[in-house]
Amino acid sequence: MTELLFTMLVPFTIAGVALYGAVRRVDVYSALVHGAGEGLETLWRIVPALVGLMTAVYMLRASGALELAAGYLAPLLERVGLPAELLPLMLVRPVSGSAALGVGAELMETYGPDSLLGRTAAVMLGSTETTFYTIAVYFGAVGITRTRYAVPAALCADLAGFLASAWAVRLCFGG
Amino acid sequence: MAMTIIWTGMVVLSILCGLVTGRGPEVAAAAIEGTRAAVELSLSIAGMMCLWTGIMEVMRQAGLAEKLSRLLAPVLRRLFPQVAKDRAIMDSISANVSANLLGLGNAATPLGLEAARKMGEKSKGTASDALCMLVVCNTASIQLIPTTVAAVRAGAGSQAPFDILPAVWLASAISVGVGIGACKLLARMWRD
Repeated sequence: MTELLFTMLVPFTIAGVALYGAVRRVDVYSALVHGAGEGLETLWRIVPALVGLMTAVYMLRASGALELAAGYLAPLLERVGLPAELLPLMLVRPVSGSAALGVGAELMETYGPDSLLGRTAAVMLGSTETTFYTIAVYFGAVGITRTRYAVPAALCADLAGFLASAWAVRLCFGG
Repeated sequence: MAMTIIWTGMVVLSILCGLVTGRGPEVAAAAIEGTRAAVELSLSIAGMMCLWTGIMEVMRQAGLAEKLSRLLAPVLRRLFPQVAKDRAIMDSISANVSANLLGLGNAATPLGLEAARKMGEKSKGTASDALCMLVVCNTASIQLIPTTVAAVRAGAGSQAPFDILPAVWLASAISVGVGIGACKLLARMWRD
């Protein structure tokens, strides 16, 4: 029952938004098409970055460097409940959004999007942000040079997000 | 520049490591395969990304973001006690947070920057407690429907791309909670 509810959440959201917009006399269809065009522009902008980064990620994986690093760090990470395979994702996540998307997509392809590992990668992507980029944009725009405790506090939130992702996926999907 | 170092490092490291482990040919093949995978990924997520940015635009035009931001105002006043009396700043913050919740990234950033700029006028060059809180809230993800990730899952052949929603909400809430907690704690302890 709850599973059906979550499957239907998406179509219900779409229908609900459309109805709400129509009642508020919004030109729902042209807003939808206009917004979809913006989505395409966003995608268009990240394709070049994806090509560059996924090439590097594929090379790194083929070279065996990831397995080597994961092998060394596995005992440490596994102690806190984080699969070592997700280490590359956690390292790039705060730095680059498109790199993290590329690494995450690669993990989901390799281990399957509905596997425990694939789901954890997805939840990590969905529950964290590109921390350093955001900090650079905000402090750059305002001209802040003394950032005080903003960086450590933001990294605490990221770390908590990673640990919580692994825990939440185990809680929701077992294993 | 950070990305230049990371990217170059990744490429050089994979060639060195590939040569040492005797996987040179695999690395060469991967350099070609990676480009194809990137374009395939872009194509496989394109449809869902477009649909959802379309839905977000309908939400924005229907005034859902403003409604949400009125709902959030009382909570945010407690998070930002230093600027709670400043109507203009509080309005920008509420609009920023509600746009983030709805996943309107393009709308959220200018709103957040507006609030940040007004906060920055009061403490030139130094991040005030309120500004640290605003930045940390924006570095944590609070998006209710993580559409890009769902699109990637769908592209990889997931049976139910959105079944991760409860786990995402749980993890986001913990992450934001820890970020806010760290800000409040460090605001008291920080000496500079």
